[in-house]
Amino acid sequence: MKPTDISNPDYLHKVVDCQWACPAHTPVPEYIRQIAAGDFSTAYMINWRSNVFPGILGRVCDRPCEPACRRGRVDKEPVAICRLKRVAADFKDDIHDRLPRPPEKKNGKRIACIGGGPASLTVARDLAVQGYQVTVFDSGSSPGGMMRSQIPKFRLPDSVIDEECGYIEALGVEVRRNHWIGSLREVLAQDWDAVFVGTGAPRGRDADLPGRNQAAAHIHVGIDWLANVAFGHVTSIGKRVIVLGGGNTAMDCCRSARRLGGEDVRVVVRSGFEEMKASPWEKEDALHEGIPIHNYLVQKAFTHGNGRLTGVLFEKVRAEYDDQGRRSLVPTGEPDVHMECDDVLIAIGQENAFPWIERDIGLDFDRWGLPVLNPQTLQSTLPRVFFGGDAALGPKNIITAVAQGHEAAISIDLFCRKLPLTQRPPATMNLVSQKMGIHEWSYDNQVSEDARRKVPVRSIEEALKDIKSEFELGYDFKLACAETARCLNCDVATVFKPKLCIECDACVDICPTECITFTQNGEEDELRGRLKAPSREREQALYLAEGLKTGRVMVKDENVCLHCGMCAERCPTGAWDMQKFEVNIAQAGAEV
Amino acid sequence: MTYLAKPKLLAADAPRNALGYTRRDYEGAISTLCAGCGHDSISAAVVQACFDLDIEPHKVAKLSGIGCSSKTPDYFLGNSHGFNSVHGRMPSVLTGAALANRNLLYLGVSGDGDSASIGIGQFAHAMRRGVNMTYIVENNGVYGLTKGQFSATADKGSKSKKGVINSDNPIDLAALALQLGATYVARSFSGDKEQLVPLIKGALRHGGPAFIDVISPCVTFNNHSGSTKSYDYVREHNAAVNRIDVILPKAQIEASYPPGSLRRVVQHDGSILHLRKVGVDYDPSDRIGAMNHLQERQALGEIVTGLLYVDSSGQDMHTHLNTVEKPLNQLGDAYLCPGSKALEALNAMLR
Repeated sequence: MKPTDISNPDYLHKVVDCQWACPAHTPVPEYIRQIAAGDFSTAYMINWRSNVFPGILGRVCDRPCEPACRRGRVDKEPVAICRLKRVAADFKDDIHDRLPRPPEKKNGKRIACIGGGPASLTVARDLAVQGYQVTVFDSGSSPGGMMRSQIPKFRLPDSVIDEECGYIEALGVEVRRNHWIGSLREVLAQDWDAVFVGTGAPRGRDADLPGRNQAAAHIHVGIDWLANVAFGHVTSIGKRVIVLGGGNTAMDCCRSARRLGGEDVRVVVRSGFEEMKASPWEKEDALHEGIPIHNYLVQKAFTHGNGRLTGVLFEKVRAEYDDQGRRSLVPTGEPDVHMECDDVLIAIGQENAFPWIERDIGLDFDRWGLPVLNPQTLQSTLPRVFFGGDAALGPKNIITAVAQGHEAAISIDLFCRKLPLTQRPPATMNLVSQKMGIHEWSYDNQVSEDARRKVPVRSIEEALKDIKSEFELGYDFKLACAETARCLNCDVATVFKPKLCIECDACVDICPTECITFTQNGEEDELRGRLKAPSREREQALYLAEGLKTGRVMVKDENVCLHCGMCAERCPTGAWDMQKFEVNIAQAGAEV
Repeated sequence: MTYLAKPKLLAADAPRNALGYTRRDYEGAISTLCAGCGHDSISAAVVQACFDLDIEPHKVAKLSGIGCSSKTPDYFLGNSHGFNSVHGRMPSVLTGAALANRNLLYLGVSGDGDSASIGIGQFAHAMRRGVNMTYIVENNGVYGLTKGQFSATADKGSKSKKGVINSDNPIDLAALALQLGATYVARSFSGDKEQLVPLIKGALRHGGPAFIDVISPCVTFNNHSGSTKSYDYVREHNAAVNRIDVILPKAQIEASYPPGSLRRVVQHDGSILHLRKVGVDYDPSDRIGAMNHLQERQALGEIVTGLLYVDSSGQDMHTHLNTVEKPLNQLGDAYLCPGSKALEALNAMLR
């Protein structure tokens, strides 16, 4: 196996599992350390640079970082990364003076962002600070897009959305409210240097089943219904409610229904419980509120009488897997199940829709109705038009929309500077030793063995009374501090200098998870079989260094390294050092 | 040296032995020795050996004297019995303990000062008596606790960190052990666990007086270019006579070796030692040959390592003295104090 090149930013970045898993590559351990130090504003700004909406994401992010967290591989649960982000947002001081100041003199380029959601606002922010003149068009009365219209207020209060959209407006971004764009051709006819489309996936999939039309008055498409609830157009629902679908929208629907008068609210899903698309914690919250989830039932028909919905008929199925592990749902042959209800909410998926984009202006769509894009640059077949968020590659989540916003902003910047779009500005990195004394480090290397802290929530009785009262109360300062200690500081990297090593084995002996081995080199697969601790996680890299006196190599399996620094404390010659790895992910305006 | 205790977090798939223990379960307190000390490697080798042999920690007694090396029993087998004796007096305390209860595994840990200077008399007599034990000397050639003066095992002509040349002749503890009747004698190097761990395993299963001289560099005072006990020097002058594998009675034998290169030794408890030949033709069952080989090679400046001598007949002090099998603390009053009639009978026997 070849020696590892740790000067390639990707190598150590990958070791910071949470940051690597975050689409926007938020420097998680760094902001957690700032929270531990009580510097919430700095923690907030670290987040703000990467993910633009720390307060929002600290409440409703899909948190791809948490399943990736190394802590989850050596402990029962990962660090509560997402909720710590909220702590930074909740406890920070006024950060207005920390926001970047856009240049006084604009660069003369005008950019239109269509849609006021997370992707558009990210593009607007990244470009505004570079001197672009950005205008955001949104059909709503306030920006925020689906964050405002689809996420229930008891999970994400308006005040948080207002605040964080406000920071972007404060950079001189113009938001044209209540402005519906009806034609891309008209937009292009105006003199924009580039147009960004971030209009989301606005159409909820319907269930075209017998009885749908006859009982239409009490059958609602989930995301439309949620928007009506969000804007106060709907304030009540029947006592018995069935929610069809197993994603996060279904969870929002059922929990909202519970708060609007639904007493017998149930979720009915085609798949099994484990395969449901909803995040595990959202399912937990629904169950916590007394909402049962019925699995392996496929809706067959809406039943009705006297022009009124009476219930839904379901077919019982079971999952069967073929040789390739593909699942199919096969009827069990048991009698159908009828559930009575007063209202049905359909939350079985979202679709993209671009009725306002003319099909003859040179902008191509694929057979699924999605724009044809370069996935790296997010540029469409009309060079001036870029896409991002759910509108680009199909519905995903907020943090992905933000990440795509950053990429699109880089593309737009390169496009306006007449530079090739595929030559992306590279990430840069820095490594700084954390050594302060013989066994003193400038990070807390004592690993907490505590379990994950639960986030305090409102009592169910109180929570169900008011759809606008926030359910989660967030960590208080003490809980937050205790949770920060669980972070393993994966960005403090173990850096090995073979020239200094005397092969005394001190690091091998002290390593609590036995990740270091000195042995003869070999092919990676074979080498993995010879390490001190089993090395089955092929996704996790081996750090290999050669140049030792005995001709052996040092192999470190990154998988379960606790970054406790004990190898470096035990090393008599300083061959091991703990160095803080910082990766600077390029944003619009960076040098290519 | 580290102050923090090792975190207990462990990967879910960390290896477990037949008793369900992980290697971590055989560890002790965090070591306070200097960073890079060879002794810590020996502690790790003991941990590995006990883990591999599925040893129940409460069936081990670890005894030591005074010195850096004698501190180490605190750093392994945290759930075993321990005794930290007076300087150089570990062998007699161990002998006493072994007499009182033969059901424990006795692990004596000592250093070159503890065994070759102040305790050399005790060392010699424990070997003579054939106490069933594993006696490990962590040999670094200097008095580390008093800032690095030469110890009695330092080679004549070697240089101290300050530049002083040693003018005294060294004591070779392995040679002494051979002469005094140890039935398992080995030498190894703390920087070579592949050799050391099987040697400790073989010793723990030996069933008689087993002695291992482990060269263990003192990184702080004796790891410089004039030293003959530095990592570099030992690696350059290491003349291993064999490599061993310890195979437990029930284990499947998987390894295969070219014909003629392997010697099998079945120990008294049924464990098998596989001795793989390295270089020279060496016969580890020949005590006098072993003593000669040691002297010859030493004269050439080589450090002979490996299993130097093994006699698997399994004689120990208890056999010699015909002692009672039961531990003394399990003998009841009736047995220990059989009454006046028994005394009369005994007296009659002697008249």
